[in-house]
Amino acid sequence: MPAPAIEFEQVIKHYGDRTVVNGLSFDVVPGECFGLLGPNGAGKTTTLRMLLGIVSPDAGRISLCGEPVPARARHARQRVGVVPQFDNLDPDFTVRENLLVFGRYFGLSARETKALVAPLLEFARLESKADARVGELSGGMRRRLTLARALVNDPDVLVMDEPTTGLDPQARHLIWERLRSLLARGKTILLTTHFMEEAERLCNRVCVIEEGRKIAEGAPKALIESEIGCDVIEVYGPDPVALRDELAADAKRTEISGETLFCYVDDPAPVHAKLRHRSDLRYLHRPANLEDVFLRLTGREMQD
Amino acid sequence: MQTRTNTPPPARPAHSPVREPRAALPSNATHWVSVWRRNYLVWRKLALASMFGNLADPMIYLFGLGFGLGLMVGHVDGVSYIAFLAAGTVSSSVMMSASFESMYSGFSRMHVQRTWEAIMHTPLTLGDVVLGEIMWAASKSMLSGAAIMVVAGLLGYASFPSMLLALPVIALAGLAFASCAMIVTALAPSYDFFMFYQTLVLTPMLLLSGVFFPIAQLPAAAQHITMMLPLAHAVALIRPAMLDRPVEQAGLHLLVLAIYVVVPFAIASILFRRRMMR
Repeated sequence: MPAPAIEFEQVIKHYGDRTVVNGLSFDVVPGECFGLLGPNGAGKTTTLRMLLGIVSPDAGRISLCGEPVPARARHARQRVGVVPQFDNLDPDFTVRENLLVFGRYFGLSARETKALVAPLLEFARLESKADARVGELSGGMRRRLTLARALVNDPDVLVMDEPTTGLDPQARHLIWERLRSLLARGKTILLTTHFMEEAERLCNRVCVIEEGRKIAEGAPKALIESEIGCDVIEVYGPDPVALRDELAADAKRTEISGETLFCYVDDPAPVHAKLRHRSDLRYLHRPANLEDVFLRLTGREMQD
Repeated sequence: MQTRTNTPPPARPAHSPVREPRAALPSNATHWVSVWRRNYLVWRKLALASMFGNLADPMIYLFGLGFGLGLMVGHVDGVSYIAFLAAGTVSSSVMMSASFESMYSGFSRMHVQRTWEAIMHTPLTLGDVVLGEIMWAASKSMLSGAAIMVVAGLLGYASFPSMLLALPVIALAGLAFASCAMIVTALAPSYDFFMFYQTLVLTPMLLLSGVFFPIAQLPAAAQHITMMLPLAHAVALIRPAMLDRPVEQAGLHLLVLAIYVVVPFAIASILFRRRMMR
């Protein structure tokens, strides 16, 4: 087993009376993509800020690239690239200048960074935008530039806070494809997301946190198997409660979220038979996914 | 793409996490330069407009008040009023440009553009950022102070080469005003907040520091306050240099300015740490 790229051991963080991160432990192995999943306010961003040494934990042990954090955080950050949740590209500069200026923060010489610009722009598919101002870029382009900027120091570890939030599906798919190419090059990625599709597509392992505590950890497939382990039929209709009474006997388990009834079924045939003739309902039969796991673990009801 | 600067070998992991006050301090003596350089590169794009803005205002005051009031006032302290005012204008423009850069521009980069956050994700620390910002604000103020002094010199209101002695004072005063304003930036919830500092601190200081008239004109009580104002100490050093006169109590004035560099920098660092690192 290689030494972990990231270690969290019993990490605790309070803000006033509130415990934001509560005894969180996890490891990220070099070369893997690890997803931190959780509803808004679960402590994901605080976890990343502690990892980067911006915030100090109240208890516990953190290491990043083999360096203890926060004691030697800035040495660790030499080998880390960060894609933050909110854009912090430099609006006073062009695309190219953003990369050139950022290289300096890592102690690269002007010549070294200059040589990096072309390959990074190519990676981010921004070759034609080299001299555009940041304000002229679309959301997807900005995020790709942020990703290219995070690669300026050729980091071993990439830390990303909701890398595709706010992007349209096309832009999102392009980011996913770029991230997969980074994984193929052996980079380690830690990302937070609340898009379960993103986690399922990219992550070797995920850790679900709620109220700062880990509530599940594992490979997406394994979690789906262990937490759900069967197919799902989603039924959309005006009266999900009445519908549940009708279908509960044929399902392993049922759940209501808003106006949707979720039936977890080993054998979908009986439910299908009952729904086939109901023209007032729409329904969808699908394999279970990470979203089912997430909602099962954190509750179907909307959280804020 | 492999270009890694060497990293020292990892230290033994600490099992009980310690608070990391060092992160709010500059990480070494040179890291701030890349922050300074970032601001310089942005400034360079708009240098002419920026210089014009920085110089036009004090020049208008210098010539407007210098000639206008000068007619009524005649001589002050043995020189023409405009020559008396020239040193005050240099000092006050240093104060204004350092303060405004630290406040408005610094706040933009810290809060609005999140530039500081991006830099804190690199090996630089918050302390490097704050030091780089203060150095930058001081550099800008030095430029505007020096430019006004050169104009005054060319017009015969300041003597060469004695006015060169004012340059290090301008630099020190720029650092002092930049540090002080950084405290305000660290506390500011929005741009509106800076108005308080302007009206309650900068404007009174401008009137009490011997910029427009000799401090001796003030009532005795006000003169005591004046002794505590960094602008008064800057004027007390810059005016004799520009008029080629002997300086009195140079050590005291330099000491006060130095205190106004170091203490506010320390306070601002603590405040920024509270604001940015929690």
